[in-house]
Parts: sequence; C-alpha cells; structure tokens
Amino acid sequence: MTDMPDTTLTSDPSHDASGHPATDDAAGYYTPGSPLVDTKAPAGPIDERWQTRKFEARLVNPANRRKLSIIVVGTGLAGSSAAATLGEAGYVVKSFCYQDSPRRAHSIAAQGGINAAKNYKEDGDSVHRLFYDTVKGGDYRSRESNVYRLAEVSTNIIDQCVAQGVPFAREYGGLLDNRSFGGVQVSRTFYARGQTGQQLLIGAYQALERQVAAGTVTTYTRHEMLELIVVDGKARGIIARDMVTGAIETHLADVVVLASGGYGNVFYLSTNAMGCNVTAAWRAHRKGAYMANPCYTQIHPTCIPVSGSHQSKLTLMSESLRNDGRIWVPKNKADCAKDPREIPEEDRDYYLERIYPSFGNLVPRDIASRAAKYQCDDGRGVGPEVDGVRRGVYLDFADAIARLGRDAVEEKYGNLFDMYARITGEDPYVVPMRIYPAVHYVMGGLWVDYDLQSTIPGLFVTGEANFSDHGANRLGASALMQGLADGYFVLPHTIRDYLADGPFEKVAEDHPAVVEARKAVEGRIEHFLTVNGTRSVDSYHRELGNIMWEYCGMERTEDGLKKAIDLIRTLKDDFYRNVKVLGTADSLNQSLEKAGRVADFFELGELMCIDALNRRESCGGHFRAESQTEDGEALRHDDQFAYVAAWEFAGEVPILHKEDLVYTAIEMKQRSYK
Amino acid sequence: MRLTLKIWRQSDAAAAGAMHTYEVDDVSEDMSFLEMLDVLNEQLNAKGEEPIAFDSDCREGICGMCGLMINGEAHGPVTTTTCQLHMRTFSDGETITIEPWRSDAFPVLKDLVVDRGSFDRIIQQGGFISVNTGSAPEAHSVQVPKEAADRAFDVATCIGCGACVAACPNGSASLFMGAKITHLGELPQGQAERDIRVVNMVAQHDHEGFGGCTNIGECAAACPKEIPLDVISQLNRDLRTALRHGH
Repeated sequence: MTDMPDTTLTSDPSHDASGHPATDDAAGYYTPGSPLVDTKAPAGPIDERWQTRKFEARLVNPANRRKLSIIVVGTGLAGSSAAATLGEAGYVVKSFCYQDSPRRAHSIAAQGGINAAKNYKEDGDSVHRLFYDTVKGGDYRSRESNVYRLAEVSTNIIDQCVAQGVPFAREYGGLLDNRSFGGVQVSRTFYARGQTGQQLLIGAYQALERQVAAGTVTTYTRHEMLELIVVDGKARGIIARDMVTGAIETHLADVVVLASGGYGNVFYLSTNAMGCNVTAAWRAHRKGAYMANPCYTQIHPTCIPVSGSHQSKLTLMSESLRNDGRIWVPKNKADCAKDPREIPEEDRDYYLERIYPSFGNLVPRDIASRAAKYQCDDGRGVGPEVDGVRRGVYLDFADAIARLGRDAVEEKYGNLFDMYARITGEDPYVVPMRIYPAVHYVMGGLWVDYDLQSTIPGLFVTGEANFSDHGANRLGASALMQGLADGYFVLPHTIRDYLADGPFEKVAEDHPAVVEARKAVEGRIEHFLTVNGTRSVDSYHRELGNIMWEYCGMERTEDGLKKAIDLIRTLKDDFYRNVKVLGTADSLNQSLEKAGRVADFFELGELMCIDALNRRESCGGHFRAESQTEDGEALRHDDQFAYVAAWEFAGEVPILHKEDLVYTAIEMKQRSYK
Repeated sequence: MRLTLKIWRQSDAAAAGAMHTYEVDDVSEDMSFLEMLDVLNEQLNAKGEEPIAFDSDCREGICGMCGLMINGEAHGPVTTTTCQLHMRTFSDGETITIEPWRSDAFPVLKDLVVDRGSFDRIIQQGGFISVNTGSAPEAHSVQVPKEAADRAFDVATCIGCGACVAACPNGSASLFMGAKITHLGELPQGQAERDIRVVNMVAQHDHEGFGGCTNIGECAAACPKEIPLDVISQLNRDLRTALRHGH
C-alpha cells in the first residue's frame, strides 16, 4: 500500500467551541463516569519511560516465586509467550486453552509478518519511526507510552525467535530478509513465507511445552474459562469447564492473565477461527474490568466472498493482490449474473480508479472495503446471490497477465491463486477473482494501564484482548509484534511489581465469591439446557452477525446504530426464551459451548453499538456517515474524540469513563488520500 | 446434491461406538466438507437428535484441529486438510464413510473427536531449543545458509493434525517426529541438544503406544502439508548418531 500524505487538521462546524459535541448521539444509552487516568507510565522523555518503569517495578525474590501462582488464559502468541516466560522465572503457572493443544490458537493463521525496528536495511528505520508509523496507522487513537515501548522491545522479539529456531526467510548470505509491508516506506517486516504466525506460535508453544516438562507450567487443554473469581476486589482465579467431561472446575491463583484474543466472531462471519470468542474478557468485564473502544474493528478488503447461507467463515487473501489486480463491477445491473468475460470493457466500472484516480486500486483498506460495499448495496455486486444480494466485486488479473505474462503472475501470487481455486472452484488465471471485505481483527479490548493491568487489580490483559497499542486501526504486521512484546518482554516485568506484595492470603474453595462464581456458571448451563426452544445457537449467531455487519460494520450512522441496539435486544430476549441446546452438561457438548459464547456476544454487540454511537467521528477504519468532508472523506475530530472510551459494566446502561489521549512526542495529523 | 453419510458415533471415551447412517439434502458443491456437516447438524438439532461432535477451528488449513477419515483416507481424497476439502470433489447420490482418526495413541473422546495429547507430550521431551526469554544473542550474530533455512521452514510447516498417524498401518508418528527433528536439526541453534532431543522424543513416542516405521509411505501421502518422507531418514540417522555418542 502506498503511504498517505498528511494534511493539516480540519475542524468541524457541528461541534461547539467549548470542546463538547454539539450532539451526543448516545445520550440516554449510557451514564457519564469519572475520567480515567493511566497512573503507571512514568513521566519524563518517552524513550526513557520503559527503562524507568522496569527499574521501579519491584522484584520478587527467586525463592518466593515458587510460592506465587499465575493463571494464563489463552495460548496464542500473547498467552504462550507469557506462560513460558513466567514459568522460566520460576512462578507456578497454569495455562488454559479451549483447543486440544496450545499450538492451535488462532495466532497460527497470521500470514504476513512481524515488524521490528532492527534497521537491518539501513533505510532510515528506528524505534522512533516504528513508533511514529504505528501511532499514525492507528489514526492517533492509541496510547503513546505503550506504543513507544512496543517499538522499543520489537528488536528483542526477533532475537528471541531466531534463537528458538523460528525459520524466518533469509538471504543467500545467511542473514535475515525483510520486506516492506502495510504502507510504510522502510523494510522492517520479518516473515516466514506466508506463515509467519504459525512459525512464531510454534516457537512460543515449544517454549511453553519445555516449561511443562520442567514442571513450572501445567496446561489445561479443552478447558474454557467461564467466570472470573474476584475476592476482596482482586482477581484470584477462574471457573473453567472441562470441555470433555463437562466438570466445572475452580482454579485459584494470585494473579490472572487474560490472553484470550479478539472478538471478531461477534460478526458471525470473520477471518477468525470458529472458536474465537469474547467470553473470558466479557466475564471479566461484568466483574469490573472496563472494556475500551469496543467498536474499533478492522475490516480487510480482500477476502473470498460468501458463497451461500451455509458459510461458516471467511478466508483472507493477502492484500498484495491489489498491487496488480484491477477492481471492477458491471456498470449495468443486468450484467451482474453474466460471465464476466462476456462483459465488454466499456460496460465495466473500475470504480476505485474512477473515484480515486491518484491511488486507484491501492487506496487504504477501509476505503477499498467501503467502496465495495457501496457497489453491492447499489445492486451491482457479483457472484452468487445470498439472501437476495450479490456480495462480491471482481479483482481482475487479465491486464497483469497480458502485461507481465502468466509465469510472472504465478511467481508472485501462485499460492494465493491456488487457495482461491481450491475454495471457489474457479480458476483466477481465466475468470476474474471475486473479493469482498471481512472482519479481521479488533483493536478494542479490555482497558489496561501501562503495566497491562485492567481496572481489576490482579487481572492483566495481553495481546489482542487488550486495547492499548493499535488505536482505531492496526498497522500491518504489528499484531504479531504486540502479542509477543506483551508476553515475552512487557508483562513478565510489570507483573512482578504486583506479585511483590505476596505471598497472598489463600482463598478457600468455599469462599462466598468462589461459590457465587461457580453457581453463576452452573446456572447459565442449566438454563441453556432446559429452554428446549426451537432455534439452534448458530441461527441466532448468524442473525446477530448480520445486524452487526449491517449497522456496526464499516459504515455507521446514528439511525442505523440505534436500530441495531433495538434489534439486538429483541433477538437476545428471544434467544434466552427460544434457543434449543441438546445433549447434557456432563459431556462433550459443542452446542452448549457455543450457546455460552453467543450469549456474551449479544451483550458485547450492544456495547459496540453504543460505543460507535458515542464516537461521532470517522477515524481509523471507521466511517461515521455524519462525519465526512464535502468530498466524502473521513473526518476525525481530535478536539472532541481524542480519548479512550472505557466502559464500565452496569447492566443495560453502561458507564463511560474517558481517558484523554495526550501526545507529547508526536503531532496529530489528518490523513488524506486524494 | 444428496448424499448418504455413514458416520461413527460414540457417546464418550468409554462407550462402544457404531456407524450410523444419515441422509443429507441440499448440499452445494461450494460447501466445505465441514460446512456440509454443519448443515447435517442443523437438521439433527431441529429433529431433536444430538449433533455430531467433530473438531475444527481455523477452517483455513493451518491450525491442525480438524481431521477425519473420509472413505478410509485421512482428510479425504485431496491433499489438504478436511476443512479445505470441498463438496465439489464428491458427486450427487454418493455414500461417504466418516470416521475419527484411527490410532491407539489417539483415543476417541466422542463421535469424531480424538485426544491428540500424545503429540504435545512428545514435544515436551525435546521438541524445542532451550533458550530462556531475554537470553538470546543478537539475531544477526549467527548466519544460517539459505538452503538450511528453507529446508527447516519446509518441514516446520507441520500442523500436528495427526493424519500421518491415522494413515499409517502401524500407527506410527515418525513423520510428525521426523519433521520436528529435521526442523531443529537443520539450524545452528538446534545443534547443542540434537542428540538428546531425538533420543527422548523417540522414547516418548514409543511410550505413548505409537507403532514403528516400516517405510510404507502412507504418512507422507496423507500429509496435508506435504512433509517429505525423508524426514524419517533424518530421524533415524540422528538416532543412530546419538546412540553412537553414548546416549
């Protein structure tokens, strides 16, 4: 992708001079709360803060570490790396995952690469530039101190992974290869063909299994966290269900780490794995952990479109395809069902080239995604009709094949073309590909301070499950970086400051808080199994996903979001009264597992809409139709919305706490793509 | 299309299982194999019959969670994972037999779901390089010849699905193990523990009840990631070397 030039900030007349929105669209849907401040980042120059914090964070005597216990939920990059590192340090670690092996967590599916400010290409890269690019990529909605630290430790990640045997791509001289990725002008992305996430995760998984053999980590596979245990205001354990036997288990510890990933599956169709869910995070939210910027989702423009109502997930294809493919739809609606090869040149609308002549097919992800949706909503989409609409646009390589030759195209994109052919049954060398946007990543998540601690003392959150580093849009190749930065190099330092207060008083298994948590879990399971309604869990999930995609997807409006909230509330009500879950509680029961997750997705979806309603600005990957320039460009409102929206659970009317985003090392700028 | 499915059903690890026959209509050729099972499960749920349990997660061929014996072949007739197998491979009116992985070392938990914990336990015995977080040298301090790095990558693509074991008449996990031995053995960082790694992993493999390798090659033929058979030669070579070194 081409880098976007900056222009100066424009102001918006719909906001008054006092710094408050002239209209608060979300009024009535929430209660304003007190401001929120991160008290853990040290003051002083940005490049000294992490060193200062590492020094100030208290140490735990090695002999005491084996008396301190840590629960880590999730075994993706952020969870495996944390569990392994804390095990190496000598703490007693319990690691949980819902999959049958820690190695299967969804980090494994990341294709592209991992950024690090190594400057091996001597092309002007530095920690400061990676920091700058990441903040800018997040459209100035991330926290400066956290992002700087992320850039700072990025170099250690590469060293660690190479030492573990991660087979990164290398040059003939035997040194590591880099490529430019995600619209930046330096080559700082390390990669292992198109399977970087897999190789990094296997590295972390092997480090984790090494600690299992060493006796410091115990893994609980096929276990799902269903409740957080909070005793005297502190996180002290979890209630988990053994997904094979159905046993409800109490696991107590001195501190709990959530590394449970993102919640893109609230949209039902996404590039996430089938099991990705918000339950661990949401249960913590209901117990007092604030949820930050939940409406920030990343939508990827080049996914394989939906082929029918049976569709269970969407598959991402690298957006490098847009470097050579030309995107178009038929000019005439009557041509949409035709074989594209029979549609003459003059009847095709290369809409990105037409609307954005300078960037053409290489406009940023959110613009490409939105434009595709407009074409399809307008009735000019292509491919199979699903629920009465054709949701796809052509990505045509005919020109590239004519210009470069088939061999050259195959050399560059062969594996992607093969994958496309396998899934769709069509040969993209002959028939134009069809693409459509899909939800890929969520930038929102549980609020954490500089120490990665949530608003519940003793509950830490790492990786995609927290909110801090990617702002309103994530720069390419930075998700893997953040997961490993948190797990290997940040959390192990910050958590010791909390653990230094130990040893902690033991919590009894019959403590009222433990009993209450167990009962809550058992009650929910009992409810799902006794409703005996008429609709399957999946059918509710699919309907919820449609609502979210339609009204809280890439373009949002006040009316749409309010409608979505009503629809979700009605559907949720029906779900509790009419869902049909067969089987028993004390056996492997996949419908029951899904029911619990979908129940939490309903509540999350509602909060996402309220958050999107409150944020009456277009920023990052989010377009509020009410906030655009005369040319239809996204319009950010730094005077109004340069804050983190951190939501406190309070039943149906949540409480909004704002953390102001202050930039001292960077100047906020508005982007422009014209 | 319309299909007849013969599917293994087993209520839990201790129960005796049996094949059951189901009819499924309205299967589109664009469905993945697992989406076809989703459709069947929706139908069963509507009829009040408990859905069939099967594993899957990423559904894009990389996590290794899914895996079924389809008409006696691990992951079915195409070289890919079950989730990436599409119904256009089958024809209208066909009967398809679906079973869980077959191996003593992968006990069935329910229906088509098996326990592959034995793979994790093999990795625990040496499928790693011992380097604590923070103690790594600068990444460019060691050069790795491109050929070695590429070879290491090729075999490191193993997804741990277990198809090799399911396909092997002996139920051997030699391909799985050989892939890890070769991945780490190709790299300079993996040399220090090379001998002890192979000895311990093989001991665990045998302890788990996997069978021995007799060079049949079904494993490599079934592998969705096309891990080559010669990783087993590497495994045997490394084992001989380690034994000669007195391990």
